[in-house]
Amino acid sequence: MDIILLLIPIFPLLGFLILGLGLRAIPRKLTAIIGPGMILLSFIFSIFIFLNFHYFAISPVRYFFSWISLPGLNIPFAFLVDPLSCLMLLIVTGVGFIIHFYSVGYMKEDPGFNRFFAYMNLFVFSMLLLVLGANYPIMFIGWEGVGLCSYLLIGFWFKNHDYNNAAKKAFIMNRIGDLGFLLGMFMLFTTFNSLGYAEIFAHAKWMASGNITLTTITLLLFVGAVGKSAQIPLYTWLPDAMAGPTPVSALIHAATMVTAGVYMIARSGILYVLSPVTMTIIGLTGLATALFAAVIAIFQNDIKKVLAYSTISQLGYMFLGLSVGAFTGAMFHLTTHAFFKALLFLGAGSVIHALGGEQDIRKMGGLMNKLPKTWFTFLIGTIAIAGIPPLSGFFSKDEILSAVFRSSEWLWVFAVAGSMMTAFYMFRLLFLTFFNRFRGTDEQHNHLHESPWVMTIPLMLLAMLAFFGGFINLPEIFGGNGGLENFLAPVFADANAVMAKQPPLSHATEWTLMGTTLLLVLAMAALAWYRFVRSGRDVVSEVNKQPALIRIAANKFYIDEAYETIIQKPLLRLSRFLHQVVEIRFIDRIVDGVGLLVIRTGNTVRYIQSGNVGFYMFIMIIGIILVLFFNILI
Amino acid sequence: MASVPIHYYLFFCSVLFCIGVLGVLIKRNVLIILMSIELMINSINLLLAAFSAYTNDPAGQIFVFFIMVVAAAEVAIGLAIVVLIYRTTHSLDIDVLNKLKW
Amino acid sequence: MFTEYIFFFLSVLALYSAVMVLASKKPIHSVLFLTLTFFAIAGHYVLLNAQFLAVVHVIVYAGAIMVLFLFTVMLLNLNNDERSPKPVWAKTMVSIASGMLLLVLIGIFRTYDIKSAADPTLTQIGLVKNLGQILFHEFLLPFEISSVLFLTAMVGAVLLGKKEQI
Repeated sequence: MDIILLLIPIFPLLGFLILGLGLRAIPRKLTAIIGPGMILLSFIFSIFIFLNFHYFAISPVRYFFSWISLPGLNIPFAFLVDPLSCLMLLIVTGVGFIIHFYSVGYMKEDPGFNRFFAYMNLFVFSMLLLVLGANYPIMFIGWEGVGLCSYLLIGFWFKNHDYNNAAKKAFIMNRIGDLGFLLGMFMLFTTFNSLGYAEIFAHAKWMASGNITLTTITLLLFVGAVGKSAQIPLYTWLPDAMAGPTPVSALIHAATMVTAGVYMIARSGILYVLSPVTMTIIGLTGLATALFAAVIAIFQNDIKKVLAYSTISQLGYMFLGLSVGAFTGAMFHLTTHAFFKALLFLGAGSVIHALGGEQDIRKMGGLMNKLPKTWFTFLIGTIAIAGIPPLSGFFSKDEILSAVFRSSEWLWVFAVAGSMMTAFYMFRLLFLTFFNRFRGTDEQHNHLHESPWVMTIPLMLLAMLAFFGGFINLPEIFGGNGGLENFLAPVFADANAVMAKQPPLSHATEWTLMGTTLLLVLAMAALAWYRFVRSGRDVVSEVNKQPALIRIAANKFYIDEAYETIIQKPLLRLSRFLHQVVEIRFIDRIVDGVGLLVIRTGNTVRYIQSGNVGFYMFIMIIGIILVLFFNILI
Repeated sequence: MASVPIHYYLFFCSVLFCIGVLGVLIKRNVLIILMSIELMINSINLLLAAFSAYTNDPAGQIFVFFIMVVAAAEVAIGLAIVVLIYRTTHSLDIDVLNKLKW
Repeated sequence: MFTEYIFFFLSVLALYSAVMVLASKKPIHSVLFLTLTFFAIAGHYVLLNAQFLAVVHVIVYAGAIMVLFLFTVMLLNLNNDERSPKPVWAKTMVSIASGMLLLVLIGIFRTYDIKSAADPTLTQIGLVKNLGQILFHEFLLPFEISSVLFLTAMVGAVLLGKKEQI
């Protein structure tokens, strides 16, 4: 069983090595088999692990070998198989496989076909390490690994300078977060003298709530999560990350990598419930991000950017859920989000593919008849994310919302506002893309075509998942028995025990909340319908003619520009100062001085080297005399 | 038969060696310089033999023997080089040999 | 006493002829004085009861090497020593240098004291038989290798002495 567990990450690594080392030598057809095939094998093995889950119930930590062994520091290479990592395992390999499969069609014409799959496999490998690791260092390897792959894949078309800059931006912003994670890890070690989950959580359980050390640790770890999961203030890299190929956006920047922060906090749940201050900060950050990103998403015109801001917003929801202790809810939303956001991205990819690279929704429209399969699956994705029953998004979002309501009514109001915006911008996207008449060029119109089966089958698979995914954790009032909740319960048992128990909502309240939310969401969908389909104003009006507030929102609140002014420019100025004054005036002069000294000394001393043999012998004798003389002295 | 103290040999050989050094430094004729080198080698040889005799250790004399072997070879090669130098420069003056520089 | 007299006689002879090697104007005289020095040193070897060395010394130095020097002098037809001797300041400087070397050497040897000195006149190690035993037992390999050295020297000398460009 251990071998099977170890093989799960080995397969993608193998795929990466084969494709990465073989690059040109491997024909495309073979790559198309190896790339997705390796992930499929991992997926099959993951299912196997999942089915034989009881095997790991007694000893979830599987030790493989001693990795770092120093006096006082012992880090084994071990995997942890518990419900949480099992769930992530299935998401990563399952959704990963579907997206790999889709990529075979999407990237068919690309010259970097093999490279693409090599990176993708490496990404899956890193992600598996991240979720499987039984201690923080292994998670950190995966954490860094996915960051690297994200960088490589955002800058996949590296000949475009903007794409490279986007990749660098993502990488650097992630580094800021990683530093927090690293510091948190150091503090964990100094506090608990260990880095394994089991040891740390066992100790932490008995610590006092609000402990200042725990608060610092959790805040530092949260900084890592903020970087990786694109929350305020480190979220600006994610929209730019859309420079990568669309499957990358689907896999890395929607389904898996960006959720690593959520996973990490859920994993360290016990630490977080013991630090209420951090929880409050997480909640505020999550809510602010959810609302802020939703507002920006409403005014975006790039199909992928809308989805990117939507992702940021949904991640905000997950953090909001975490902050009120709804770990299961957050993980549930993570799962369903992986399904429908991957679906939406792949659908967007299909549209972009059909239009020959066009990403501006103002130049789309009326694609309903031309791309029926894409349109239908996209519709399912939209309904799912908007939160309309019985699709998955409704249940997961509802679980977070009800948990939020139990914690504070005001938070709930804001959260519902975010939910309404989600519905609005998603339906806006849907209507602008698929309804009315086509607004692109004639040439594009003539080339419109439905994507090949390799791309539509993944769409349908994901649509099924997005449709039925909610049923894994049906709330009680719908006659469900909380499957996921029970499944994950052992992981969060300690955390839930610490959390102050709020009385569960009465069924009447729950129905009311649900009904209100649903009504508002449907109203927003109708508004979008009226605004973008019925009124006939199908072309989005020029931004400049809009009121000032909208103009600001359309320009993403000038956050990028603000960062540039506040951070980048002073840094540049400081660098310039260091370069022109410190470097040139001092360091360069010292360095040059050393060289000059040698040159001048050499120029003087070289006259001793006259070339006269007699003189050399004379000098030699003097040397011998000196040596012997010092010999006497000693 | 009483023997001379070892110091006598030490001083005698030192003087002989210094005469050799002086010859190397003061002379410009390559041939004479080679002879001076032979003088130095001989002084060392004698000293080795003296120590060997005074300490009753045959290794010193064996060494002298090998030094002679090397010296003979060295002179053979050295003189061949001298002939070669004379052939190219038509002089045996070491001041002519001033090519060993930057 | 008798040994001391012989020692002083041979030493003075050796030093005198060594100085004359340098002082002679003609190379041929230098060579002859050098031979004289070698003979004096051979006398010293006899005094140390190193008969084998004495014989080899005479054969190698006074015989072979001197002949080589003489041939070279004759071949190159060197009559006059130096067309232009070194300047006086240079001579003074090198003389001072050698004098200092002598001083330093004497300074080192002054305090030297040999322990358990054997009587050099009674030791039998210098005899041909004893040395031969050691040479062919302990030092057989170096002895054989020295023959290779000679071969190399011979080939080298012939190669260098050839007229044509190689």
